[in-house]
Amino acid sequence: MRVPVKIILCLFIWAIMPAVARPDAGTNQCISCHQEIESEDGPAHVFVRDIHFQKGLGCQDCHGGNPALDDMEAVRTSTGYRGVPDRLAIPEFCARCHGDAGFMHEHNPSLPVDQLSKYKTSVHGMRLLQHKDRKVATCVSCHTSHRIADARMPYSTTYPTNLPSTCGACHSNQSYMAEYGIPTDQEAKYRESVHGKALLVKKDNSAPVCNDCHGNHGAAPPGASSLSAVCGMCHAVEAHLYDLSPHKVAFQQQGLPMCETCHSNHDIEKPSDSLIGLGANQLCANCHNPDDQNSAPRQIDSVRVYLARITAAADSAVRQVREAGVKGMMITDEEFTLKEIDQNRIQIRSSIHAFSADSLVPYVKDGMTKSMTVKTEAAALINEYYFRRWGLGISSIIITLLALALFLKIRSIGK
Amino acid sequence: MKVASSGSPKKQLGNRVYDWIDGRFNIRGLTTYMSHKVVPVHGHSAFYYFGGLTLFFFLMQVATGILLLMYYRPGADSAYESVRFIISDVSFGWLVRALHSWSANLMILMAFLHMFTVYFTQAYRKPREMTWLTGAGLLGLVLIFGFSGYLLPWNELSFFATRVGTGMVRSIPILGDYLMVVLRGGEEVTGATIGRFFGLHVAIMPALFSMLLAVHLLFVQRQGMSEPLSWQAKETQSKRFMNFFPNFIYRDLLLWLVALNVLALLAVLFPDGVGVVHWPLGDKADPFSPPPEVIRPEWYFMFAFQTLKLIPGRVLFMEGELFGVLVLSAGGIIWALVPFLDRASQHGRLSRLWVGFGVVVVTFIIVMTILGYVIK
Repeated sequence: MRVPVKIILCLFIWAIMPAVARPDAGTNQCISCHQEIESEDGPAHVFVRDIHFQKGLGCQDCHGGNPALDDMEAVRTSTGYRGVPDRLAIPEFCARCHGDAGFMHEHNPSLPVDQLSKYKTSVHGMRLLQHKDRKVATCVSCHTSHRIADARMPYSTTYPTNLPSTCGACHSNQSYMAEYGIPTDQEAKYRESVHGKALLVKKDNSAPVCNDCHGNHGAAPPGASSLSAVCGMCHAVEAHLYDLSPHKVAFQQQGLPMCETCHSNHDIEKPSDSLIGLGANQLCANCHNPDDQNSAPRQIDSVRVYLARITAAADSAVRQVREAGVKGMMITDEEFTLKEIDQNRIQIRSSIHAFSADSLVPYVKDGMTKSMTVKTEAAALINEYYFRRWGLGISSIIITLLALALFLKIRSIGK
Repeated sequence: MKVASSGSPKKQLGNRVYDWIDGRFNIRGLTTYMSHKVVPVHGHSAFYYFGGLTLFFFLMQVATGILLLMYYRPGADSAYESVRFIISDVSFGWLVRALHSWSANLMILMAFLHMFTVYFTQAYRKPREMTWLTGAGLLGLVLIFGFSGYLLPWNELSFFATRVGTGMVRSIPILGDYLMVVLRGGEEVTGATIGRFFGLHVAIMPALFSMLLAVHLLFVQRQGMSEPLSWQAKETQSKRFMNFFPNFIYRDLLLWLVALNVLALLAVLFPDGVGVVHWPLGDKADPFSPPPEVIRPEWYFMFAFQTLKLIPGRVLFMEGELFGVLVLSAGGIIWALVPFLDRASQHGRLSRLWVGFGVVVVTFIIVMTILGYVIK
């Protein structure tokens, strides 16, 4: 073999050698080594799906050290090595970047940078930092340590539908929570509540979940005085009407929480008209009595009557429109009016929070008028349906008679 | 004039009117011609009525179309609303629209049946080559009527079906993009497209159709009914005929009355159509909404649509869609030229080749149409 051929052959063999055989300064030796010694769900394996890794950050950005070194002992003695933080130090550890507005602006300007200061005001933060309670939640308890994902991603532990399980990991654990003396049935109750079903069954991500009422980084149970403000963030009309109502003062005087007194907290049921009244299992009976000498029994009775009237009128209209639809009539306009009536009923139910029967009257009148109108229209459509059938029958008979006459004429003249 | 003087006063008046017209337009020659005209009577005489039924449904189209025209307003902001107004608020508007839609579908069905019966009885042979050609032209115009009318309600289905239909023009080499823009009145299906399709549907197509129909009917009247090859070979004594007037005309009228009854029944019981033949108004067209899961053309375009769907993306050196369009066009042209290609029937013989071709075409259309509805 001549010398130039040997050189070319050597170059060729070198070129096709596997890339791993050649040392590369850019390779992250942390991941290479740790993947070898860790199980499949170990940090080095799962970190490749972490948002920090996807954004270009490496192990060294949190843990320090030189990632190019393939000797673990050498890494531990290399510049800036921080290793695994102590649990008490985790909030500060994360806040090195997440509390740095300049740094965060470069990587994710939409994220707030006040998580640490909020955390310090939270029950979790106060117990961790002031009482050195190592059991309370830190950043990694909710976000995980090496599998952190954007909260908008369905696989994130902080995605709305995953949040009950994330909080419940501690708060539903009876033995873990025993020393704190707080209930552990919140998650179970929430899952059965109107909010829980909206989020977890209907997959409506706008439904409130733990952090919407309790906050997230500044998590704290809302006090009795602030409850209407929390609920009022979404139920603004009801909260406003309540604030103007006589119940506000009465509840304050008796030290009762606002919304929670009637609706409870974690196990909020879907409200229904049947809850209004002074009978057994009816909400108003918790405080009021039919024999009360004030106007309350009369007001409550009036509200019940209004609700029953509008419900009966709307149901009757719906039945009539549905019948017209089943008969194949065009009911687009009527369906639109039915939606308006639905809207009207929602307004009536919201107005109940003013706790004055008179405030319902304009909505009830409007709803009743619309129900009557749409019922009349639907009845006209049903009449039209029968008119069409009769019309068809009569025209068919006339045409058939004409055809018969023509047939007889054809027979009379022969072929 | 002896008859007139001896008849009843009513008959006298009728004769006087007849004489008055005859004195000016010489219609006696025409009625004498018609009274001598005969129609062959044989096992396939029923086929003669399909043309008349197509004409009946066309007349229904004209009548109901004119009525719809009084309320329909073309335009992206008014088309859907006006059709909704016609259905829900105009007296008998729902009936007129249902009659228009049902008669359109039945007209196309009758036109196809008329064409196939003419084909399989070789009625296209000399001297009726031009009658066949005008008939083929009329069928083409009927299909354009259907396509242009489908968009006019400007609802979701019609919008997306028209977008797919007009988009196919794009596969034509060099001129494709330009033709699509001309057809749509822009790059996309918009209010401008409604304007074009409306003009086509209510002015251009009716004018062309009426002229071609007049020529077609003139040819039919002049040449009379075609006699099947097997019947033609019979001895003169064993052939039976009926008078065109009044015997055949009365039968035609009887069938028209039956068709009217069926049409009324369908329009009242199924104003939005039934099964695969349906035209519910649904939601208004929204170019920004996602297209419906299944976009299907009208049943009479389904075989062509399904053929194009089944052809691979690339065939030989050209795009699959272009290949499909070329093959279907070539098939249509051969079909139209059959009277000139079928030499055997010109000499009074049955051509197995062309009968076989017809069977293949009919089978292909039926199979592709069924597949179009079965395959999602």
